[in-house]
Amino acid sequence: MTHYSPQMGTQTQNKVEDTALEAVKLHIHYGSFLAVKDVSLKIARNQITSFIGPSGCGKSTLLRCFNRLNDLIESFHIKGQVYHDNQDLYSRHVDPVLVRRRIGMVFQKPNPFPKSIYDNVAYGPRINGFKGNLDELVEQSLRQAALWDEVKDKLKQSGTALSGGQQQRLCIARTIAVQPEVILMDEPCAALDPISTLKVEELMNELKQQYTIVIVTHNMQQASRVSDKTAFFNVEATDKGKVGYLVEYDDTVNIFTNPRETYTRDYIAGRFG
Amino acid sequence: MYLTGKSSDARSIFNKAMTVLAGSLVVVALIPLLAVLSYVLIKGVSRLNLDLLTKLPPPPMAPGGGIANAIVGTLIMVGLASLISVPIGVGSAIFLSEFSHPKTAQWIRFATNVLNGVPSIILGVFAYAAFVVTTKTFSAYAGAAALSILMLPTIIRTTDEALKIVPQEIRWAALGVGAAKYQTVLQIVVPAALPTIITGVTLAIARAAGETAPLIFTALFTQFWPNSLSQPTPSLAVLVFNFATVPFKNQQELAWAASLILVLLVLTTSIVSRFALRRKTY
Repeated sequence: MTHYSPQMGTQTQNKVEDTALEAVKLHIHYGSFLAVKDVSLKIARNQITSFIGPSGCGKSTLLRCFNRLNDLIESFHIKGQVYHDNQDLYSRHVDPVLVRRRIGMVFQKPNPFPKSIYDNVAYGPRINGFKGNLDELVEQSLRQAALWDEVKDKLKQSGTALSGGQQQRLCIARTIAVQPEVILMDEPCAALDPISTLKVEELMNELKQQYTIVIVTHNMQQASRVSDKTAFFNVEATDKGKVGYLVEYDDTVNIFTNPRETYTRDYIAGRFG
Repeated sequence: MYLTGKSSDARSIFNKAMTVLAGSLVVVALIPLLAVLSYVLIKGVSRLNLDLLTKLPPPPMAPGGGIANAIVGTLIMVGLASLISVPIGVGSAIFLSEFSHPKTAQWIRFATNVLNGVPSIILGVFAYAAFVVTTKTFSAYAGAAALSILMLPTIIRTTDEALKIVPQEIRWAALGVGAAKYQTVLQIVVPAALPTIITGVTLAIARAAGETAPLIFTALFTQFWPNSLSQPTPSLAVLVFNFATVPFKNQQELAWAASLILVLLVLTTSIVSRFALRRKTY
């Protein structure tokens, strides 16, 4: 499944693949309802992996399994395993708070805290007991998020007063500031205009030098532009409701030019979804 | 053109008639408010002077005097009641909205609504039995206790609502950078809801300041300065109740003046809470 084609322009193409996240025979349930069935995939380190598929196929649900954000939903439970650096994230001894410090998340709707720009970025490091120079870390994070030049003179202003695109980059800076290993992005550009979207995409390309990125997107062009690998999910109706499943997972190039599955081909071609 | 209808057809006339009717009902609804405010202002303004705010109520037949002790008493008891009810109320609302199981929350919310619907005179009788009979004295403590029970449901409900308005995404964001649940609630959610919480608390305070029934049974009244929290304590509301019904003109005038002060107090707190609400985050 994971052979590299020569046209892939990533720096990892010649390396042995290094896995940051892995789902093994993962079934996701809400109460008695099965939302996603039998997903097994490996997310490669320092690459951008995108999850695409029609609404309701469980791609966001799967994404939230990787930082245990689904734990907040009362009826949620899984079967199967999720590994990060060979640690079972759902083992009884694992503290979800510590998981989320290493696996950060950027959400669909920009959600800055109703605090100053500075405090938005500084909040994560502060609660995680950061000991170094906080001013420096805030500046560095904002620079990495390509927002520094726009906000350096108004760090004390409220983060909620920024434009949508700026807010989303602030949220990315906030995530980076905790220095995670993986950044999960749940449709990060869904609420942004094309220019802001472009900025966030450029940003993702910068960030993958240091971080592993998993992005859920409805925008197939975006998936083909930014990601190294693409997972296509589909949804099938059963007598118990709709269940999402992984159809195909491969290098982005293969998914978009030469998919193996008919469903993938039809979805890429815009025949459904 | 068939799109240019006449403004005199039945539908347009009915539409206009209903608008006029609704508008006039609003005016009718506003009449009591304006009438009360202006009547209290007219009747009370003649005694609005420094003596009113600094002197004790006069004995029957004597001229002059003020309502200073009642103002102090009201402030003491409402302050004490706030000290009791604000921490308990805000704390329970935080538990309710952020930590409790939805089914438990439903029952607590129901209980809070029931408590909110209990007439204040019943709270007064309860506080009388619970605090006055047991301690064998009317006191500011008993008055404050009765008022705090009265304030509690308002504070819980408004705080609960204020916390529910804070978008779920903000909680996710905090958890997403590795905040524990308590950090998320105390450092992100509560600060975001604070302006609305303050509004709720001020409204509860304003309501408590004007309550008479719970205080008649618990704090009673005195003509003198309140010099101990465990003795009968005067209040504006009870002063109005006592003085408005006696046959002495001076006392009646003081009752009107006290009403005016009370209305002004409630009005000021409402305006202050409005101001707080304007800065709301969500």
